[in-house]
Amino acid sequence: MKIAIASGKGGTGKTTLSSNLASYLAEHREVVLTDMDVEEPNSGLFIQADLKHEEDKFKMVPQWVEDKCTLCGICQKVCNFHAVIQLGTMIMVLPELCHGCYACSELCPESALPMIPKKMGKLIEFRSDNLHFIESRLDIGEEQAVPLIRQTRNYIDKTFPDEVIKIYDAPPGTSCPVIEVTKDADFVILITEPTPFGFHDLKLAVETMRKLDKSFGVVINRDGIGNNDVMDYSEAEKIPLLAKIPNDRIIAEFYSKGQLIYKEVPAFRHELDGIIAYIKTLKDLKQ
Amino acid sequence: MKIAFTTQGTTWNSAMDPRFGRTEFLLMYDEEKDELTHYDNRDTAKDAHGAGPKTAQKLFELNPEVLITGNGPGGNAAAVLEKTGIKIIVGATDMTAQEAYDKYKKGEL
Ligand code: SF4
Ligand code: SF4
Repeated sequence: MKIAIASGKGGTGKTTLSSNLASYLAEHREVVLTDMDVEEPNSGLFIQADLKHEEDKFKMVPQWVEDKCTLCGICQKVCNFHAVIQLGTMIMVLPELCHGCYACSELCPESALPMIPKKMGKLIEFRSDNLHFIESRLDIGEEQAVPLIRQTRNYIDKTFPDEVIKIYDAPPGTSCPVIEVTKDADFVILITEPTPFGFHDLKLAVETMRKLDKSFGVVINRDGIGNNDVMDYSEAEKIPLLAKIPNDRIIAEFYSKGQLIYKEVPAFRHELDGIIAYIKTLKDLKQ
Repeated sequence: MKIAFTTQGTTWNSAMDPRFGRTEFLLMYDEEKDELTHYDNRDTAKDAHGAGPKTAQKLFELNPEVLITGNGPGGNAAAVLEKTGIKIIVGATDMTAQEAYDKYKKGEL
């Protein structure tokens, strides 16, 4: 079972929810929590665990072979990302911008752009009892999150059997990296705040999930601020409202200390119970 | 000497564009010929990625000796510009191209 936790924008409590939900579930079963925000991973702040495994991750980028090149300029024309550029008598590759699509390499008439591996980041795995925690991090300057996310998903698929619950903490937004994370999720939790901004971003996220034909539900964070728009909308659109996390100073305090909240605040744990109960019905339906 | 400016318009009175990669225009001044020309760079607005290197490549073709701009190019564009040998002067924001040129000549940029 794979659950992705996503939100239209950052700072809506995505990491709080995923780290607490994963740790809580791990009290009774094996869970893998993965921070998929490879540009700025931060779930690790809340998880105390031992380092188990570390590996470099590579992507394929073209390398210019000057002797073979006739400066025909085809490579520069076919690259949609301006990652290969002709400067007079020189071809320059910008590996950070390269999407590894092979177009320039395959269309070069002189085979002057062979693809070679280039390190783009690192995958790190931690473990604390039942809880596995995986964090992938792009190297500084790397701009392409999708290849690293894809490789991280592959690592999880081959390392952990199906019955282990997998929780993906998605990057903020609704762009390609989020789609890459939610692609093979069985269920997506969209977390939002009940404010006009939160509502706006939620609608975008819902549209994206519908296009991807995903099963999803909504969690309201900091319930009590803002207005009822998110609730009314979820009801009208028949989107399951999984939990309402109260806007509570105590929660914010535990969060800022990097502590797990469900252990200290019963009201918060109660909301997690609601989410878990819902996920269980889902699982039964699927099997 | 040929000098390039990142601008929001096509005349000496145009405001400088602080951005490099997504500058609206590249205004070119040829001191020997006393001639002002421009390149319309507005289609970089459509590029999600790589606007910087694309503009840098264009600038290489325009072949100025000096570029006067605002915030300075980002990492990828800077890598390209480094190969071109164009001298980059940053900090020309909140002024017109004319003011930027005058300041540059006085060594104030
Ligand atoms: S397509 Fe190949 S031969 Fe043509 S300019 Fe690019 S590298 Fe050189
Ligand atoms: S592999 Fe694709 S993205 Fe990378 S430089 Fe070549 S054409 Fe551009």
